Amino acid sequence: MTEASKDAAQALINALPHAKALGMRFISSSEGEVTMEMPYDPRFIGDPATGVIHGGAVYALLDTCSGAAVFAHPDHKGATATIDLRVDYMRPAAPGQPIRATATCYNMTRTVAFVRAIATDTRDDKPVAMASGTFVTGI
Amino acid sequence: MAKMTPEPVQVIKQRRDVALRRLVASIPYVNFMGIYFERRGDELTAIMPFRDDLVGNPALPALHGGATAAFLEIASVIELTWSTLWNAIENDHMAPDDIEIGKTLLMPKTIDFTVDYLRSGLPRDGYARARINRAGRRYASVSVEAWQDNRSRLFATASGHFIVPQVVT
Repeated sequence: MTEASKDAAQALINALPHAKALGMRFISSSEGEVTMEMPYDPRFIGDPATGVIHGGAVYALLDTCSGAAVFAHPDHKGATATIDLRVDYMRPAAPGQPIRATATCYNMTRTVAFVRAIATDTRDDKPVAMASGTFVTGI
Repeated sequence: MAKMTPEPVQVIKQRRDVALRRLVASIPYVNFMGIYFERRGDELTAIMPFRDDLVGNPALPALHGGATAAFLEIASVIELTWSTLWNAIENDHMAPDDIEIGKTLLMPKTIDFTVDYLRSGLPRDGYARARINRAGRRYASVSVEAWQDNRSRLFATASGHFIVPQVVT
């Protein structure tokens, strides 16, 4: 991936006001797969006793990354929107560390895109969260 | 035996409101999202006033799916925590000033959360109410629905499972 195409992908993320508000950064992409990162920010804390990020922020990252994976699929046309998304929270994200998400659009019909996503922090051995969802395509 | 004078209603309301405010104010992400709660008795309504930085699709415009999900998850977490606090406060086990997350109150942990996006979120204030379907000693199952202008036209529903919050007295 060239620097110019990375900048173009980051510009697409910045065009989504809420993704920008959460400081989401584009990392890389290939066909139907996108990796993004969200920095640690004290404003995103959900449990002040531990400093762990709120699940809602992790959900927003996984949702954004999943939608981006739909866009990155070669058969996708038009816009997209989430139909449903389930997130399993396997362990708290380590405070102070960015969260990295990779989403894969593994199947696409004329109207529905199927996506899986995984979120990790720098302790890579065990995922922080996993998501699976369906998205609108072809509209 | 002398009959006890009932506590004035304003004192009761004040105690409940202080407890709710203390809980909500102590979670940074709730403030970041601009979400607040209204209370009628023990019933809570979460409110997310529209803001430009909650948008995900500026062309429509529509709320970001992640903002909607965060709104519903916050509504669920606060409902679950509030129902636990309610018992402690009403039964005089705890004063509102004693609420301290990590010490006297252990927050619930989300196990999983699933959002159904029914229609796109309009650039308007959102409202949500969560219902605890079951809360055992360890786990709780919660569902939540959200609407905007019309109570009967939900724009999202969600359900999730949580490790239940604990009050330590």
